[in-house]
Order: sequence, then C-alpha cells, then structure tokens
Amino acid sequence: MKQAVSRQNMLIVGGLAALFGVLQMGLLTGNYQTMQTVLHLLALGGLFGLGMRLRRQIAGKLLMAGVLFALPFISAMAGQAWVRILDFAILYVFLALGLNIVVGLAGLLDLGYIAFYAVGAYTWALLASPHFGLHLPFWVILPIGAVLACFFGVLLGSPTLKLRGDYLAIVTLGFGEIVRIFMKNLNAPINITNGPQGITLIDPVAIGSFKFSGTTQIFGFALSGPQKYYFLLLALVSLVVVINLRLQNSRIGRAWQAIREDEIAAKAVGINTRNMKLLAFAMGASFGGIAGGVFAAMQGFVSPESFALNESIMILAMVVLGGMGHIPGVILGAILLSILPEVLRYGVGPAQTAVFGKQLVDPESLRLLVFGLALVLVMRFRPAGLWPSPERQRELGEKPAEAKP
Amino acid sequence: MDIFLQQIINGLVQGSIYALVALGYTMVYGIMGLINFAHGEVVMIGTLVTISVAGLLIKVGMPVALAGLAGLIAAVAVCMALGWGLERIAYRPLRNAPRLAPLITAIGVSIVLQNLAMMIWGRNYLTFPPLLPKVQFEFAGANFTSVQVIIVLVSALTMGGLLLLVYRTKLGMAMRATSQNMAVASLMGVNINRVIAAAFVIGSALGALAGVMVGTYYENAHYQMGFMLGLKAFTAAVLGGIGNLAGAMLGGVLLGIIEALGAGYIGDLTGGFLGSHYQDIFAFVVLIIVLMFKPSGLFGEKTGDRA
Repeated sequence: MKQAVSRQNMLIVGGLAALFGVLQMGLLTGNYQTMQTVLHLLALGGLFGLGMRLRRQIAGKLLMAGVLFALPFISAMAGQAWVRILDFAILYVFLALGLNIVVGLAGLLDLGYIAFYAVGAYTWALLASPHFGLHLPFWVILPIGAVLACFFGVLLGSPTLKLRGDYLAIVTLGFGEIVRIFMKNLNAPINITNGPQGITLIDPVAIGSFKFSGTTQIFGFALSGPQKYYFLLLALVSLVVVINLRLQNSRIGRAWQAIREDEIAAKAVGINTRNMKLLAFAMGASFGGIAGGVFAAMQGFVSPESFALNESIMILAMVVLGGMGHIPGVILGAILLSILPEVLRYGVGPAQTAVFGKQLVDPESLRLLVFGLALVLVMRFRPAGLWPSPERQRELGEKPAEAKP
Repeated sequence: MDIFLQQIINGLVQGSIYALVALGYTMVYGIMGLINFAHGEVVMIGTLVTISVAGLLIKVGMPVALAGLAGLIAAVAVCMALGWGLERIAYRPLRNAPRLAPLITAIGVSIVLQNLAMMIWGRNYLTFPPLLPKVQFEFAGANFTSVQVIIVLVSALTMGGLLLLVYRTKLGMAMRATSQNMAVASLMGVNINRVIAAAFVIGSALGALAGVMVGTYYENAHYQMGFMLGLKAFTAAVLGGIGNLAGAMLGGVLLGIIEALGAGYIGDLTGGFLGSHYQDIFAFVVLIIVLMFKPSGLFGEKTGDRA
C-alpha cells in the first residue's frame, strides 16, 4: 500500500513537471494553439478525475494517461526528431518486455534476441514493398511475422534446451549472428533480402485509407507521422504490458520463475521444463517479431546493419539495468537507455564548448563514452538494477555472498 | 589438395591467435564465472599501443627488431595495468552481485575502451609497422611466411609457459583452488583478491601478445577490431569447454582451422550457392552442433546450475 502511494506521488510530481514543460515551451516557441489544446486536455483529465470522486489511485492513472497523451505534442515543440526518439523509446520498451520474458522470467540468457526482431522486420519488408511487388495489409503481415519469429524462437530453443547459463548465451549470440549474416548475403544467386543495401520504400502501417506516415488532419488538428506511430506503439505496448502482467502471475509465469530459480527443483515438482522453456523462447520471439514489423513500417527501410549484436546487447542492458523480471523496472530501463544517448547527442557538444571553449574531442565518441560509463556506474551502485522487484531486493539484502558451486 | 594444406596452415595461424585470446576469457571465467566481454578491447588496445610505440621508435631510427620488442613490452605493460585496473575498479565491487550485473559492466567497459581508443587513435585504419622479416616458404604446394611460423611458435611456447604456471607453481595451485571453490580456497589461506587480479593481469598480457600478432599478421589495426576477434575467441573458449585451459587452446586452433576450411570449401560444397562471405557462420554453426551433443564443450566439466 505504501508503495502505491509513493508511486502516485511520483505521478503527480511528473504531471506537474509536464504541465510546467508545456507552459514554458508554449511561451518560448509561441505555439499557443497546441499549448492550449494540451492544457485543456490535461485539465479535462484532472477535472474528470476529481469530478468523478474516483479513488486517488485512479486519478493518478488518469493523470499518467494524460501525460502519455500529451507527450508527443510537447516534444513536437522541440521538433519532430524528438517525437521519433519517443517512438523508438516505446519500441525499445516493447522489445525489452519481450526479452524480459526470456531473461527476466525464465532466466534464460539470450544474447541473440535481435534476430527475431530482424525476422519480423524482414517479413514486413518483403511482404509490403516494391521489392517483390507485394503490398499486403498489416493485419496479414504482423501475424505472419509473429508466427515466423515464433518458429525461429522454437528453432533456437530446441537444440539449446540442455544448455545452461553462459553456454546458452553464446549459442543464442551465434544464432543472432547467423541470421544477420544470412540477411546480409542472401542477395545472390537469388535476390531475397537485397543484401547489405537493404530494402527501401516499405509500406507504412495503413488501416483502410488511413496511413500512419505523413501528416493528416483529424478534427482540424494536424497529426504528424511520428505522432501517429506514437499512439499506435503506445497501444501495442499497453497490450504487451497487460499480457506481461497477466503472464507473470499465471501458472505459466510461476513455472518460468521456478525454472529460473532452480531448474532441477522445478522439474521435481512436475513442471514440464522443456515445454516451458520453449514457450518462453517462442513468446519472447513473437513479441520481437511484431516489434520488428512495426519498426520496418515506421522506418520505411531495413538493412542488416540495424540487427547487429550491439542491439541485442543493448536490449539486454535495458532489461538488466532497469531491474530484471520487474516490469516497471524494465520499462524504466528501456526508456532511459534509449533516450540517454539522444540527450547526450544534443548535450555533449554544447557542454564541451561551455567548459573548454572549444570542441576538444569528437562529441560522438564522447557521447558513447559517457553512455558506457553510465552502465558501469549504475551496475556498481545498483547491481540489481535501478528498480528491482521488491522480492529480489529483499533477497539481495539478506543473502550473504553466494558461493560458487 | 594444396588448397587443403594451405587452408590448414592459414587456420592454424588464425587459430593460435584465437587460442591466446580465448585463454584470457577462460582464465577469468574459470575463476570467477564472469564473461569478460571487454577482453577483446584489451587486445585491441595492445595492438594500437604497439603501433604507437614501435612506430615512434622506428621513426627516431631504432633498429626494427628492437623497436618491435619495445612495442611488445609496452603493449604487455599497458594491458596488464589495464586488466588490473578493470578488475579493481569495475569487477571487484560486483563480486557478490546478481550474475548478470558484471556482464552489463563488462559491456559498459567495452564501450568505454572502444571510444577511448577512438579518441586517442582516431577512426581510421592504422598501418602496423612490419616488425618481423617476411620470408616466403613453400611446402608441398602451400605457401607460408616466416611471420606465420613465428606466430604459431610463439603462441605454442606461451601456452606451454602458461600451463607450467598453472600446474607447477604456487600461484597456479591457488588459481586452481579458487576456481574449484572460492570460499574454501580462501579458508585455506589463499588470497582470493590476489588470485583474481593475477588471472586478469595474465589474461591481459596474453591478450596484448595476441594483439601484436594480429597486427603483424594483418598489417593493420582499427579501434573496432577487438569486437569480432573477442567474439570468435570467446566462441573458441566455449567450444573447448569454458574454464578449461587446454580446452581454450584446442578450441582456438580448431575454430581457426574449421573457419579456414569452411571458407575454402563452402563454394564447392553448396555448388556455388553460398560463397566465402559466409565464413563467419561456420564458427557458430559448429559451436551449436558441438554444444547440442556435448553441452559443456569438448573438454569442459559438467557445470553447475548458475543460470
């Protein structure tokens, strides 16, 4: 109960901060109309909450919904580039939640998760682009992508069932590399993936004649492409969060956690560890596949470059840094790690000029350097992640040094 | 047939380098169960330091052999210091942390080292000074150079030395004890901190040596070269059974030879459908197949449940 209250307070503080942000940006940029709309919406949300005399918790949720709704409009004032950054942050939340099933819940260290994302992205790219002249609608492609990714998940999962811990890590890593190398080279003798150049002119998500790319007018109010994708992604992620929450406390979720804690004991109490592990791989993979499809549609372009090992590692870092197996922590980790490099991109150059009067070192490498340092420091001071689950925190607090078996 | 012999020779050279790097992974893993993802970057730093030091000394007129030796010593010294520092600053505080925390730290360290190297040495490929005389030999239709011979000999000698260290000295005994059971070893009077630091320092020194060899062999270096090399070497370590020294050596050589043969024959095997750019796949496919049948690698002992 205590935690719920503090979370609520956080939301309220966040809401106030957002309000201030809107006011300030509106005043600075002179974009009064958007500011007014956003303010009205926020006020409406607040009034609604109060007027209905709902419980405070629900009011907090409404406020959060208001903030989430307002975000793309607020960041649009700083430029559409920031809306795109937001889109990617949500996409990474999606991916991190998918990986969290495999790593966080079932305890299977997967370093090749990006392969499923790649499968989803290439499925979309091949079925909805001029490359093969196919333009299937999204409700056909997304399920195909999810099923294909799921198939690959089982394909990866089945030979690795016997492996433990770090052996599994290296096999999944190898699998991810194999998928990437095939995508890079399958342009000869039959051109399937168009090789390193990748596939361009991919169709956006479209429902009937409503396209998610380009600007449209809705109720006399211009919505840009990235803003529309924001809402699409937000809807998808909300769905994934719900699925994750439900899974975690289901029979399946508890079985996964039992396997994570002690596989032999889990087997002994009658859990079918083989099927459960395969299920974890399959589920995580299909989430990756769906995310990949949306990524391809949003970018309009895919190439093997986007699916390098670095990306797998980055998503794993999001899961671990946020707090493995704890959904709010994973979301936090994904948002922080996807936004931090972008903030640094804009912050590092000017900061150098301010301190030294000139650009001493390449801002690009300085940005990554700071990012790497941040990873090291967070792990140094919060080894269980920024926001670990309460049980895990308790475990760490009580358990003394764990001896190697 | 001459292709076969030629590829075996190439694979042996590449494999010796993998083996040296793999030893760095396997020593650290055997003792503390950590995948030190930053080890590849240590190798890269070794190569780049050698380029700077040896290049500078050659420029001021020192004989090439002497400059090369100085470069090697400088690289080994820098990498040893680096290994020691990393263990001290980044990994030691995490010794009792959840299993994945040090892995993320290692990734962070790797990003930091790569970008530091880029700041110091720049983005471009650097030419590695020719430190060893390059004489061509021919044997049964296969060509090889003195550089290749020296690489194989030096790594064989180094690995022999390492085995002596681990199986014949007191420090080695302490290392083996620690890798079996850290808590009990420390009760028996082994200074755990010193043993772990020693594993990092020795592993980094081997990495520096490997770095110099890679530079001499390929004649260039780049701040991103450590990544793929580290990945392959880690694969080699797992192939042999991670934590097992002899396994890492054999795994490295085996991986090098498999890769070379794969690259040489893949075109013929698949009727020209897959070309030699699929070379990198071989390492991983072999790894997956081996682990399917021997889940703890070729020579590994059965590992406990650490997941």
